[in-house]
Amino acid sequence: MNGLWLGVLGTSLIAFLLKFSGHSIPEKYVTNPRALRINTLIPIALLSALVGVQTLTEKGKWVIDQKLAGVAVALIALSVKAPYFVVVISAAVISAVLYRM
Amino acid sequence: MNRATATQSLSVSFTVGLYGTAFGAASIAAGFSIFQTCLLSLLTFSGASQFAIVGVMGAGGSALSGIATASLLGIRNGLYGLRMTPILKVRGLKRVIAAQITIDESTGVAIGQEDRGIVAMRHGFWLTGFGVYIFWNFFTLLGALGAQAMGNPSAWGLDAAVPAAFLGLVWPRLIGKFERTLAASSVLLAIALSPIISAGLPIIATALLAAAFGWKERV
Repeated sequence: MNGLWLGVLGTSLIAFLLKFSGHSIPEKYVTNPRALRINTLIPIALLSALVGVQTLTEKGKWVIDQKLAGVAVALIALSVKAPYFVVVISAAVISAVLYRM
Repeated sequence: MNRATATQSLSVSFTVGLYGTAFGAASIAAGFSIFQTCLLSLLTFSGASQFAIVGVMGAGGSALSGIATASLLGIRNGLYGLRMTPILKVRGLKRVIAAQITIDESTGVAIGQEDRGIVAMRHGFWLTGFGVYIFWNFFTLLGALGAQAMGNPSAWGLDAAVPAAFLGLVWPRLIGKFERTLAASSVLLAIALSPIISAGLPIIATALLAAAFGWKERV
């Protein structure tokens, strides 16, 4: 089994176990306020890190290229409350235009 | 079933399902096959976790760091399950199915029906869960086929569309200065660590930053 398959199946298995455990564990065991607080912050940290790494690095090296312009446009689109699709597509269009220039 | 709950469930399902296109395309750009891409949507069925595994592995990270990142993002579904169990009151196979469709949207719509009563909450959960499942998987396939047909991801801006998609996911969570500071610090930490430790690990490292930020109660 190669890495990609391990990724697909491992992610799927754990995702289901996490979902199912919530439906099976009595609520009183998991109401530690600190754990709940940290849990709401984890997506913010991970997703932000993914944005940064995918925009500004390539194979472990820092790069500044057309992707940064695309993501900057996405940021502007989000700040004027554009719908999700406009955000993603505007980033793609700007980046593609710069890449082809 | 009351009309307001049904309308809300279906509109959420369709809008969220559309994002599946972005996932399908991102997954192909990261090197996964169409079959693997569709399996991720059918089996994992949790947007942020799916984007994380293809994002980390697409950037050259190992399967294990991809799985770890995706799983950290999936913990919240477990917490949604805790919230939904006393409302749904189901056992056996129905509980397995309920677990699989316990995501941001099904839980969100269910909780949003609170003042319409417990039956409306149940309807909202099942209808939104199944609705998102159907649309998400349909649009994943569409996005994967589209990306396959395009070829070079950079020429179509897919390489910028993927971080933009993540940005769109995190944006609604950046409600105050505290959250924005955490987001900015995470970006800086992950970029700073990228040349030093192997791909995927810089992203997981920011979970520690989240733990540090959340350690003390804010007043």
